Amino acid sequence: MDPLKDSARAIARDVNARTTSAAEVAEALIPHVERVDAQLGAYLELTPGLMRERARAVDARVAAGEQLPLAGVPVAIKDNMCLMGTRTTAGSKILETFVAPYTATAVQRLLDAGALPIGKTNLDEFAMGSSGENSALGLTRNPYDLDRVPGGSSAGSASAVGGFEATLSLGSDTGGSIREPAAFCNVVGFKPTYGRVSRYGLIAFASSLDQIGPFARSVEDAALVYDVIAGKDPLDATSVDREVEPAAGALREDLRGVRVGVVKEFGLGDLDAASRAVYEAAYADLVRLGAELVDVTLPTAEYGLATYYLIAPAECSSNLARFDGVRYGLRVDGADVGEMYERTRAAGFGPEVKRRILIGTYALSSGYYDAYYLKAQKARTRIAEDFARAFERCDVIVSPAASSPAFRFNAKSDPVTMYLMDYYTIPGSLAGLPSLSVPCGAALPEDGTRPMPMGLQMTTPLFTERALLGYAHAYERATMHAEKLTPIVILSPPPVIPSPTTVILSLSKDDQR
Amino acid sequence: MTAPYWEAVIGIECHVELKTVSKMFCGCPNEFGGEPNTKVCPVCLALPGALPVPNAMAIEYMLRAGLAFGATIPPHSKFDRKNYFYPDMPKNYQISQFDMPLTQGGVVRYWLEDGTRGECRLTRIHLEEDTGKSTHASADGRLAGATSSLIDFNRAGVPLMECVGEPDIRSADEAVAFLETLARTFRELGVSDVKMEEGSLRCDANVSIRKRGATELGTKAEIKNMNSFRSVRRAIASEIARQIEVVEGGGRVIQETRGWDEAAGVTHSQRSKEEAHDYRYFPDPDLVPIDVTADVVERVRATLTETPYERYARYVDTLGVDSKRATQLVDDAALAAWFDRAVAASDGKAQAVVAFVLGDLARLANESGTPLAAGKVTPEALAELVALTSSSAINSKAAKQIVETLWSEGGSAKAIVEREGLAQVSDRGAVEAIVDEVLAANPKVVADYKAGKTNVMGFLTGAVMKASRGKANPSLAQELLKEKLAAR
Amino acid sequence: MPTDRIDIRHVARLARLALTDDEIATFGPQLGSLMTHVDALAKLDTENVAATAQVVPSRNVQREDAIRPETILARDVVLQNAPQVQGPYFRVPRIIAEEG
Repeated sequence: MDPLKDSARAIARDVNARTTSAAEVAEALIPHVERVDAQLGAYLELTPGLMRERARAVDARVAAGEQLPLAGVPVAIKDNMCLMGTRTTAGSKILETFVAPYTATAVQRLLDAGALPIGKTNLDEFAMGSSGENSALGLTRNPYDLDRVPGGSSAGSASAVGGFEATLSLGSDTGGSIREPAAFCNVVGFKPTYGRVSRYGLIAFASSLDQIGPFARSVEDAALVYDVIAGKDPLDATSVDREVEPAAGALREDLRGVRVGVVKEFGLGDLDAASRAVYEAAYADLVRLGAELVDVTLPTAEYGLATYYLIAPAECSSNLARFDGVRYGLRVDGADVGEMYERTRAAGFGPEVKRRILIGTYALSSGYYDAYYLKAQKARTRIAEDFARAFERCDVIVSPAASSPAFRFNAKSDPVTMYLMDYYTIPGSLAGLPSLSVPCGAALPEDGTRPMPMGLQMTTPLFTERALLGYAHAYERATMHAEKLTPIVILSPPPVIPSPTTVILSLSKDDQR
Repeated sequence: MTAPYWEAVIGIECHVELKTVSKMFCGCPNEFGGEPNTKVCPVCLALPGALPVPNAMAIEYMLRAGLAFGATIPPHSKFDRKNYFYPDMPKNYQISQFDMPLTQGGVVRYWLEDGTRGECRLTRIHLEEDTGKSTHASADGRLAGATSSLIDFNRAGVPLMECVGEPDIRSADEAVAFLETLARTFRELGVSDVKMEEGSLRCDANVSIRKRGATELGTKAEIKNMNSFRSVRRAIASEIARQIEVVEGGGRVIQETRGWDEAAGVTHSQRSKEEAHDYRYFPDPDLVPIDVTADVVERVRATLTETPYERYARYVDTLGVDSKRATQLVDDAALAAWFDRAVAASDGKAQAVVAFVLGDLARLANESGTPLAAGKVTPEALAELVALTSSSAINSKAAKQIVETLWSEGGSAKAIVEREGLAQVSDRGAVEAIVDEVLAANPKVVADYKAGKTNVMGFLTGAVMKASRGKANPSLAQELLKEKLAAR
Repeated sequence: MPTDRIDIRHVARLARLALTDDEIATFGPQLGSLMTHVDALAKLDTENVAATAQVVPSRNVQREDAIRPETILARDVVLQNAPQVQGPYFRVPRIIAEEG
């Protein structure tokens, strides 16, 4: 067995059978991650002490006869989720020193299931971004091309799993923050139905859209995590009180009789030729597996971006008000409390966060509420209705997960151009639907030297996670696209002297901008 | 104090802390005071990632409060965020209710000390959360001149209901009467302690004046920082006087917030900000809507009993108790309940019952520190005593003695009368014999009487009572004395 | 037209964000261009359409009125992340005027 490459299912099986121990897994992972992460920068903080402590606890529980679904499985946690005793920064200077005094429900459920926390992963500040470049605290690279972005906002969680620095990870998805980086990093990224997984302990970006979900190197592993973290939490009033059908053991192998919706408005015409070919092949594979392709239409999808860029900033402008220099985090002093607020927030938030706070404050301000926020809430209803109509004709909707494969650092400097990256993922988010990205091949970018992975997005009706994971599993097992690519960090020989200082200097943000 | 030409128009808004066990959106204790920052958790401290879950009991209390004033309970309600920055408000938004409050409308009927009555419509009562407390590090503990402030979040997240009244009030006394009725009612409903000194009731008043008979509203000033009923009365009276003076002096009242200065006895303008508040209300996406079904409304309504106002009106209108005494009874729910039982047991002799309850019994309760309702006297025993008095079976002196005995021992009034031999002697022959004795023993006094000094009658009556060891019926004794003296 | 469409200074004041002149110069056009994009929404017919606040309809999610002692934080933990404390309190610079 190889704890660096094995599936979560295999590791848990071996640890539960006591053919290996959680402690051995931890000892294999820790030096490996320390080495690889010097190149990838997926983590903001490693937690080897906690990992060893949890490993001992898992081994003791297994020795006492317990069988744990994630026994000894190394997991990475996006750094917008609280893990007691660790720094939890949301990738922001304003929280750079914040040590969480409590643990998020989803994280706690992973730990209770036997998972071993490797560390906290980098992200676009407060999960606002589509490339990972908006982190104020570090630069994360794409494991398949170190000159390219890992995608965002769950940059480190995608990069860590894609780069074999973690078997699993947790990310959060507001408008595509799991699915897009999953596509960029050659991994499965799964956003369950809104409300399926508790948000308690997840630093809020846009409360009505945020949802925690897993990254994994297989659909089955993603399902395993989903089974552990999904379910009602009394600490989150928006978490849904509805039975979770275990998915991991019930994944289908073919797509016979499945009606796959291809959305007219999500045509492949805007993609470059290489990308288009990847998706055309993917759709053909679905048919080969027995699916029937059905044309569906989402007439309001074109309003998705506008709707999203009102709702998410509006909620964020309020959610981020608590970062004020009073109780935790950064403070920049001022002559009075108002000046202290303004200076603290000016110094603590990066440009993208400020932009969204400003948009959201404006959209909610007196005289604009009806035209903007309320209008967007109504548009949201229409978008959800469109999906409902489409699902009368099909079981699952497919599309690209992102408008392109991973791009080079600093390639998209205009905010709106960056926002367009989420064109395919946002409508499903607005409708709260379960949605995932599964590797579907690779295309050589025009400015690239290596083929970059791409993801197929699949979306199904509310609460049909098990079916969704089943379709993705059938496609994945038949195509095995993920395994056709090898991350550059594994290909390249380990540096002779892995000096983090040198690496960080050469990769500093100033070089990139 | 309003000049006849002017009429004041007053609207009251008050915040009342609900007496739940735990806070509004988390499991921290809802208790006054305590060591600073020891009753807080990730939720009420607004740590990153923490989420609110509403307290079901707080919502039930709201329904109780609204229904007690005849409010409408809309079938749908929700929580909104009110966004503004203040250091003792952890999230920098307050979870409140904007356009869909839990209760709408209703009327607060109140009475004044002199027995006049009034009513004020309620606009709404909505549910929100309290803030923490700031202490200002200045010489006098006030905001002005402070160099820094210290914050305790123990109070942050305590459930708060905001009662918004219509501008139906016309005087400072009415404003106080309105607040007193609210306070009495909430206390009796068990939804709040309503302790102004602990800040569990805080109120603001919108005050304007207009020419009597006018229908348009004048420009209002909002008065804040009134920390007791007394300061409410003084602040509003002072503000009305100020506005009249401004207008009569040819000036105009400007719309502003004014703080009440208790020491100086005046309101001060609080520097009005250039920009108006923009609270950017929107539905709180962390919380789901509240539906209140008709079944729930009926279940809560069924738990409601007579309100303090209804009780007051019944005492005055039906039982004939005077306003002051009725108020005393209403102010003590346990006492009122005891009184009601005694009245029922005494066949409706409310006047006699209230005289005992607020007279000798109140004195004894006060002296002993034991409330009447917790003491040994039963309402039935008092009813017996009332019956004995009104049938002239005992005299008032004996009644006093019986009350004392009932208070210290309990038991039945009749038994005490028998045991102590306190029955009033109304037998004509028996009293006549004593009268004869007294007259015989006091020839000089009799002579004085015959000489026109009729004021000696008191002495003679007293002598008869003394000789009968207090048991003689005093009016019969007098009657016989007069007869006998006239016959001499 | 988009550049001065939003009174950035006013909005920044509401959001308690001090902006530099450079930021105002950059954010102005960026927000203007985004709002132009957003204006497309006006074309979408939402007459008689209910607003969606929550995609998954749910009602009356409440908790029992009970103290949960395990969630209460020890005071040293409460204050551990504070930028400035004084005794058992959080300390902030002077407060100029009441709000709210």
